[in-house]
Amino acid sequence: MNRHLISAADLSKQDALLILDTAEELAQVADRPIKKLPTLRGRTVVNLFFEDSTRTRISFEAAAKRLSADVINFAVKGSSVAKGESLKDTALTLEAMGADAVVVRHSASGAPLRLSNWLRGSVINAGDGSHEHPTQALLDAFTIRRRFGRGDGEALDGLRVTIVGDVLHSRVARSNVWLLHLLGAEVALVAPPTLLPVAIDDWPCSVSYDLDAALPKSDVVMMLRIQQERMNAAYFPSVREYSRRYGLDTARVGQLPEDAIVMHPGPMNRGVEIAAEVADSPRSTIVEQVANGVSVRMAVLYLLLGGREVAQ
Amino acid sequence: MAHAAHPAGGKPGTPGDSVTVPGQAGGAPAPGPQAHPKTVLEAAEINRALTRIAHEIIERTHGAEHVVLLGIPTRGVPLAERMAARITGVEGRQVPHGSLDITMYRDDLRLRPARRLGPTEVPAEGIDGKTVVLVDDVLYSGRTVRAALDALNDLGRPLAVQLAVLVDRGHRELPIRADYVGKNLPTSQAEVVRVLLTETDGEDAVLLEPVGTEPRPRRGGVTGRRR
Repeated sequence: MNRHLISAADLSKQDALLILDTAEELAQVADRPIKKLPTLRGRTVVNLFFEDSTRTRISFEAAAKRLSADVINFAVKGSSVAKGESLKDTALTLEAMGADAVVVRHSASGAPLRLSNWLRGSVINAGDGSHEHPTQALLDAFTIRRRFGRGDGEALDGLRVTIVGDVLHSRVARSNVWLLHLLGAEVALVAPPTLLPVAIDDWPCSVSYDLDAALPKSDVVMMLRIQQERMNAAYFPSVREYSRRYGLDTARVGQLPEDAIVMHPGPMNRGVEIAAEVADSPRSTIVEQVANGVSVRMAVLYLLLGGREVAQ
Repeated sequence: MAHAAHPAGGKPGTPGDSVTVPGQAGGAPAPGPQAHPKTVLEAAEINRALTRIAHEIIERTHGAEHVVLLGIPTRGVPLAERMAARITGVEGRQVPHGSLDITMYRDDLRLRPARRLGPTEVPAEGIDGKTVVLVDDVLYSGRTVRAALDALNDLGRPLAVQLAVLVDRGHRELPIRADYVGKNLPTSQAEVVRVLLTETDGEDAVLLEPVGTEPRPRRGGVTGRRR
């Protein structure tokens, strides 16, 4: 595996399966009386979040702590970044403090990649702009594999995954398209034309605008959040119209095959892209995804940091 | 131990390929003690050793009533399973058995790239108040067993922990000993003990061979390479 995890597109199929298999073993730790392994004792993991996050930051923190690493949470508000410190100077500060891994979220696509050129430790991308969010894609793949009863070493061959909504602003969609395609799933995107990125033809997936036609052919439906905070123009006439055409309500769930599952990376806009009854239904894996996130992030931290120290 | 071969069984600082064979340092022209793999235990002997260990476990634990057998992956797991079947054959009662992966507890994790994890399956009844018998194929430095004791500590509080191994090859680096031994095998550190089991390798045998002749381990070795 690479020393950093910047993009799901950097992973080989073998790497991806190794992460999922490792996560499967580490998931057991959650059921033990002592939810801790000594593996990363003495290692320091810095959570560097330039953007708001609840589940990703907490998930990385829990994962690092279950592996006995020391965790430093770097909150940008109240730090020197607020005084205008550059990304590079922040990076050099972390370097001087001996960070073995930096988990970074940034509003600029490509920030983790830049950071990886300045740091000797590992850089893990926890979401950069509208580019990538690789650990989210890994935990989604892990959740799908578990729900469809596939075990160690098995990929997602033959499963049809439909990703619906704001693909344009979604780092989750991009990472998922690459990873799920790598693992053998057939990926379809459904979105209004205004919410699809320009170079969508290069992505290894099909694209359509009609959700009702796609649902009967989906084993997995992944709903994306409408990212109001990144929208600086009118991408659709009204929230209500979007919800009518692209929201997942009970009637639409009825068109899904019997064992199909509904996913959402969170945070949800209940009543916009997903109806509350659907989010709380047994088909929904939304809570599972959060629990699986800790196992998958433990696997990533272990595989990047658990072995031989990074060559100096 | 995650490998069949035990060139430096979890021994940091012993590079497997630069070992001087004792008694050979003078540049003697003669080949090493064993130029070819030598079979030290055949299938029937392994069978008898396991049967004897099973009987010893029953005797020492007064009927193996509260015993849990935990094999250390890879080859400790089928050995634990076979011992459990033999105890059941004698006592007529099911003996819980499972596996205990020790990778996350190793003391040499930082010396190699991250390894693939083995399975940990603890029987549903747990280990609290039970006599846990750890089962491994080869006892060498003792570091694997130390790691296993740490791992057990996080799973519960057994009444007692015992150790059963198919081969004890000596060269301990920690104050650890086995309670049940299939065969005591005096070895040099320049030799490799390789255990083959039907479940994992298609045949039963224990081989002794000089270091450097072993093929690459099938699993557990090189994962997580760094670029």
